[in-house]
Amino acid sequence: MKDEVTREERIDNLKGMGCSRKRVEDARFTQGKGNYVDDIKLDGMLFGDFVRSPYAHANIKNIDTSAALEVPGVLAVLTAKDLEPLALHWMPTLAGDKQMVLADGKVLFQGQEVAYVVATDRYAAADGIEAVEVEYEELEVLVDPFKAMESDVVLRPDTVGEDGKPADGAHGPRKHHNHIFTWEAGDKEPTEQAIGASEVVAEEFMYYHRTHPCPLETCGCVASMDKVNGKLTIWGTFQAPHAIRTVVSLISGIEEHNIRVISPDIGGGFGNKVGAYPGYVCSVVASIVTGKPVKWIEDRMDNLMTTAFARDYWMKGRISATKEGKITGLHCHVTADHGGFDACADPTKFPAGFMNICTGSYDIPTAYLEVDGVYTNKAPGGVSYRCSFRVTEAVYFIERMIEVLAIELNMDAAKLREINFIRKEQFPYKAALGWEYDSGDYHTAWKKAMDAVDYDGLRAEQAQRIEDFKAGKTRKLMGIGLTHFTEIVGAGPVKNCDILGLGMFDSCEIRIHPTGSAIARLGTISQGQGHATTFAQILASEIGLPADSITIEEGDTDTAPYGLGTYGSRSTPVAGAATAMAGRKIRAKAQMIAAYLLEVHDDDVEFDVDRFAVKGAPERFKTMKEIAFAAYNQAIPGIEPGLEAVSYYDPPNMTYPFGAYVCVMDIDVDTGVPEIRRFYALDDCGTRINPMVIEGQIHGGLTEALAVALGQEIAYDDMGNVKTGTLMDFFLPTAWEVPNYETDHTVTPSPHHPIGAKGVGESPHVGGVPCFSNAVHDAFRAFGLRQTNMPHDHWRIWRTANELGLHD
Amino acid sequence: MIPAAFEYHRPSDMSGVLAILQEHGDDARVMAGGHSLIPMMKLRMAEVPHLIDLQDVGGLSGIMVGDTITIGAMTTQADIIDNDALAAAAPIMREAALQIADPQVRYMGTVGGNVANGDPGNDMPGLMQCLDASFTVVGPDGERSIPARDFYEAAYMTAREDDEVLTAVSFAKPAGGYAYEKQKRKIGDYATAAAAVQIVKDGGTCVSAAIAMTNLSDTPVYSQAASAALVGTSVDEAAVKAAVAAMLGDIDPVEDNRGPVAFKRHVAGVILARAIERAWSRA
Repeated sequence: MKDEVTREERIDNLKGMGCSRKRVEDARFTQGKGNYVDDIKLDGMLFGDFVRSPYAHANIKNIDTSAALEVPGVLAVLTAKDLEPLALHWMPTLAGDKQMVLADGKVLFQGQEVAYVVATDRYAAADGIEAVEVEYEELEVLVDPFKAMESDVVLRPDTVGEDGKPADGAHGPRKHHNHIFTWEAGDKEPTEQAIGASEVVAEEFMYYHRTHPCPLETCGCVASMDKVNGKLTIWGTFQAPHAIRTVVSLISGIEEHNIRVISPDIGGGFGNKVGAYPGYVCSVVASIVTGKPVKWIEDRMDNLMTTAFARDYWMKGRISATKEGKITGLHCHVTADHGGFDACADPTKFPAGFMNICTGSYDIPTAYLEVDGVYTNKAPGGVSYRCSFRVTEAVYFIERMIEVLAIELNMDAAKLREINFIRKEQFPYKAALGWEYDSGDYHTAWKKAMDAVDYDGLRAEQAQRIEDFKAGKTRKLMGIGLTHFTEIVGAGPVKNCDILGLGMFDSCEIRIHPTGSAIARLGTISQGQGHATTFAQILASEIGLPADSITIEEGDTDTAPYGLGTYGSRSTPVAGAATAMAGRKIRAKAQMIAAYLLEVHDDDVEFDVDRFAVKGAPERFKTMKEIAFAAYNQAIPGIEPGLEAVSYYDPPNMTYPFGAYVCVMDIDVDTGVPEIRRFYALDDCGTRINPMVIEGQIHGGLTEALAVALGQEIAYDDMGNVKTGTLMDFFLPTAWEVPNYETDHTVTPSPHHPIGAKGVGESPHVGGVPCFSNAVHDAFRAFGLRQTNMPHDHWRIWRTANELGLHD
Repeated sequence: MIPAAFEYHRPSDMSGVLAILQEHGDDARVMAGGHSLIPMMKLRMAEVPHLIDLQDVGGLSGIMVGDTITIGAMTTQADIIDNDALAAAAPIMREAALQIADPQVRYMGTVGGNVANGDPGNDMPGLMQCLDASFTVVGPDGERSIPARDFYEAAYMTAREDDEVLTAVSFAKPAGGYAYEKQKRKIGDYATAAAAVQIVKDGGTCVSAAIAMTNLSDTPVYSQAASAALVGTSVDEAAVKAAVAAMLGDIDPVEDNRGPVAFKRHVAGVILARAIERAWSRA
């Protein structure tokens, strides 16, 4: 018998989609054999580091570098004056604004880059930094965006015209010299009318605080200019290496073919590593000037204080409904604090990202969103921390508004959600704020979640707890946090998604080797997501070669096809689709080869797991391994040798993962300490490629959600000093603080994605934050709480209890 | 996070340590586990031109348990947790040490460093005050003993002279019930409020009590008044309230990222009440 293994065994051997294949990356990560940017050591490599501003707002009167240049090992100190002749003292941001590379006459936030010291080693650079003398003239500090919008203080004189009026910005007219943009979605008048005519209206004002993605590995790069061949190589912590190459080419004038950008192993990104930072520009310049490789690596304080914060949205909402709870309208206004420069990482046409997904999972007939971006004396950024562009803000907003409306209606919040979910038969669903949701089955997911946690039982227990509390039998309250979220991920269709004019397609290139193994290269880059594991699984199922025989390579712009990188849960929806499509091209050619070898017509063979077999005669087949060999080594009339394919995939729509989460929390009213008793997370990410990897993603996302909801923040004092610049004060949860998570799922495949997958890495963060927060709110609902802002750390929970009179 | 250049000394005996201290005065600092000093140097908040590593100096670690308990300055928190004789004789030591930082830090962090640095956030100083410990210091004029309750003057200011080295802590084997209660935001954090309590019960009456609080002033706070409020009572609700009220008269917390003063005072009261209840239940 030629074929001794069963079909099931052949499927198992592939380790294709649906298999909890162990992560191939972990062998090196768990043995300390990863290769991160700081592991790169080149001959003669120099180190650069920044003199940073201690002030949040100041003029720079003078910079004296003479003493620093006397420090042994210090070779150069760059200031804006040195970069100006190269026109590199400012750089474009991803949001259409520009940002100082080195302080040009003034500083706008604490920690801003003032001078760049280049030295033979880190220690000499640090000593050099100490020796640079900067004379500052302190200016009035604006840390409150509402005050900034009324202040006479002009933060950005470069954005004011000669007439003293604010010049138009990248997103249209500006209302004030500290205003950046106004962005609208939906219909203003009809929304006002609908809300005005409604029986019940709930209003709330909430602050989604500033926080930070805080990847374990900070940002950094090594720039190496080879003056002999004119080639510039940059290794860096880049979530979008190709975009970085294009940007470097555009601002430096070096032709793109002479620039090679390499993202090696990356220790987490979560949005922090999407943008371009002064450290990259200065390192490139320093390498060109010195002719030597130059390394720049942030320390933890640099990372927290200066590179890419997240959130900082002040959100004012109104939601209206009938007495029965059917929502009739939603109004949202956001005052967005963008810091000193608008360096948000959003698609060009979306200065507030996809905040207009803020109608959430609900069938809301009319809605209006308006976002005002504002300059303040804080660090620039505004990245999407473990979420698609501003989706966490949007979901937090609607999930809080639902809770507030439930209070206004005196209704159970779970029931209110059920009444308003978009129904299964309404998909594809056109939302009031413009998006077309591709698919969903919210009622099924919700019911499964409610049943799994015995929701009615929990409510009964909570009612008893409240009675006991009032009777003095306990000092702990119980909160039941609910969330049903809908994300919008997989940016995105080139017709409406670009960054700096670069269309947000993605790509995959596959080469099958003669012996039946393969390499596939993608335009994305893993930062811990496990692409080398999961993309090989997609391919295994598509081309019938075992995942273990497929190498996945990303991150080197000299070898990988062009793509826009990994963030916003776009890798599976976009590059994953490209992978499937490229695989299908391979399969199409393989079919012709198989038919030739089997001496039948192309249409007479069919693909079956790992082979093509003659229809109706499954014993006559050629395995993909045999076909691969034939492709290279057997002359086949009319067919070129080789077996390769490339696909650039421009998705027709976003994907819309969703989920139903429940958190049960006990809160010590006297100390403000919350204890998470239970967390149930049901995710629907469409087709599931690797259940184990999905579960890992969910654990990670929930943990970052817990962090943000319960303590993680970048806080400033009135002088613009960062109060949370170290991990002592910036909350990064450990195993100790993290509860046990129960994961569950439903499967609603995306109808337009080649394999039906939707993306999952960010869902748990997006859904987790409001779920933890709603649990805190829910614990106090019976005592009159409507809204208390995150982070819900001990003292803020205590303050809530105190203000409600629970300590009297 | 790069320290300024410094000279690293690693003498093999105490006379070598003292000689370097004599020679360099303020410019020299001794290092035990390094968990406070090294970060300060990396932040360039502490400039230490001469760093003296104590790890090769013999005779500074070890735990002796008898009627008097003596713990060498270089004994780590992990050693304290692992020592069963100590846990039997003074169980509050293990209970408190388990609440310090995380296992990695506890393998390096020492009792001597913890008590000598004068950081009000450290847990051992308050604990030592509760146990009425004495600190042995050695200097150019020989050895002397300083009571823990007299040791702390202000944040990072202690009764130890610059040319003296703290070599051991010792205290009488404690009697009665005990508790070390600590509220913190997360693992590795200093206390929002912490209380060390030892109580001796005789026939349902408290005959002696010792109460000390951590991270609620610029020094640890031994509250004589709070301790006295329990003595002679049955440690009923009224007595606990009186002790808490007395303690609140002795602390002086400041606002930081853990919260404002009102919150800290409230939590200090809750934590102390819980510590007293637990200690009493064990007495």
